[in-house]
Amino acid sequence: MRKVTIITGHYGSGKSNISTNLAMEAAAQGKKVTVVDLDIVNPYFRTADFAKMFSENGIELITPSYANTNLDIPALNFDIERIANSDGYLIVDVGGDDDGAIALGRFSAALNAFGDDLDMFYVINRYRYLTKEPSEAVELMYNIEKAARIKHTGIINNSNLGCDTDAETVLSSLTYAEEIANSVNLPIVFSTVPNRVELSDDRFKGIEVYVKPFWER
Amino acid sequence: MKGNEALAEAAMRAGCKCFFGYPITPQTELAAYMAKRMQKNGGVFLQAESEIAAINMVLGAASTGVRAMTSSSSPGISLKSEGISYIAGSDLPCVIINVERGGPGLGGIQPSQADYWQATKGLAHGDFHLLVYAPASVQEMVDMVVKAFDKADTYRMPAMILADGLLGQMMEPVVFPEIEQKAHDKSSWAANGHKGQREHHIINSLYLTPEELERTVVERFAKYDTIKQTETDAECYLTEDADIVVCAFGATARVVKSAVNEARDMGIKVGMFRPKTVWPFPVKELQEASKNATKLLSVEMSMGQMIDDIKLALNCSKPVEFFGRTGGVIPTPAEVLAKIKAMGGNE
Repeated sequence: MRKVTIITGHYGSGKSNISTNLAMEAAAQGKKVTVVDLDIVNPYFRTADFAKMFSENGIELITPSYANTNLDIPALNFDIERIANSDGYLIVDVGGDDDGAIALGRFSAALNAFGDDLDMFYVINRYRYLTKEPSEAVELMYNIEKAARIKHTGIINNSNLGCDTDAETVLSSLTYAEEIANSVNLPIVFSTVPNRVELSDDRFKGIEVYVKPFWER
Repeated sequence: MKGNEALAEAAMRAGCKCFFGYPITPQTELAAYMAKRMQKNGGVFLQAESEIAAINMVLGAASTGVRAMTSSSSPGISLKSEGISYIAGSDLPCVIINVERGGPGLGGIQPSQADYWQATKGLAHGDFHLLVYAPASVQEMVDMVVKAFDKADTYRMPAMILADGLLGQMMEPVVFPEIEQKAHDKSSWAANGHKGQREHHIINSLYLTPEELERTVVERFAKYDTIKQTETDAECYLTEDADIVVCAFGATARVVKSAVNEARDMGIKVGMFRPKTVWPFPVKELQEASKNATKLLSVEMSMGQMIDDIKLALNCSKPVEFFGRTGGVIPTPAEVLAKIKAMGGNE
């Protein structure tokens, strides 16, 4: 059986960027990595954008048919259960909110069977307007669990302001993240800081910012 | 915030009390945000049975003097065009948002700017104009929505935000400005119940005699003349000494700015002119920005539409070249830079 990590969260919380970082990191450690883009709600800025980079790094990418085409709703023409039962490390990037998590619910029985080998991390961003209060982020987390029919196992604090993110931005998100984690009784897996920001603090994990407008690349 | 969400939040903060819409990619987050928040803000969100119904609901709501808005993407705006003409003919203020996608026809869901002509020249039947704002960032979408509501009320006419899928879907930090609610006295025309205290008001775009209709149109065009003099706005970036002035609006201007910066690093004297209002087109501003230029380039996500306004603004006195991608394909900074180099910019 393989290790499975599911990434959920609010629209624009940074799910695809976190998934991409986890995949690149695991690939760099020589692991066999598969990324599933399960986003059926957002037509732009998704893991399917990184097909070339993934392929260059030996990461298998499975995307819905018609992702990045002109179809509003991509079709899921793959079976996560079958993919999950092959070897290696599997990352599932889910669409935003409980709306996006509905697609995950379809596979809940198969995924829940993984027991301790299954992680589902909830990505939070203090600077997203509709989840700026811890109570709003908590409510959404439970709504996602209802739609996914899978329980979260941890919180990833990805609070950021895009290209304006600095040390102060991430440091001032810690209380917010702790309040959410305490309220739902889950650990903070890590808090993120973009690698370009200078900050030596054990509580943060440096990440690359892959998801951004291409004129900034 | 995501661009579409910022448009919605800005509208509510600007005092929009009625939103009528119908879902279409890539603007759906705007309507979804309104659905979640409008009622909490003491307003009305209604998903209409079609785009045509939605725009006519805007006509009805605006007739009573409340701030009303609808949003859609390209094919949906075409459906709304009849209603927009009625709104213009009835001298009603409202805000219409177009988060453009590829066309013609059903086209595609990726970003486009191919509705420039539609927005600025021929949105629907009859002699009329809309105020059309072209934002280039999420922050500017916020600022322009606030401004559009204010100017629509000032001039009693519809205003449009001409955005595109890229701006609607992208995430950027925003700061919501303190909004000073200017009092617009609508008591002379709003059809909000006379309570037996005054003559009733009639909102109408039908005139039975040609002379009467001509008079209303001519009066409206006198207002448009004032707007052309006072409401134009543009950003000039490194144009002062530029030999080549690259013109772009909306998200394309972000791409162009990257290319201009790279060209400047190579010593090429190039600048960017970005209309923030596309109707009225900033004619004087472009003439000033290109006074030292020998040639211009228009970069658009279309087969070339704004280029006509550039040529008109300059009376075809300087050559204007074109580079564009269409169908939902976004030009890259490298492509624009290659075009600038091919035009032989002086180093």
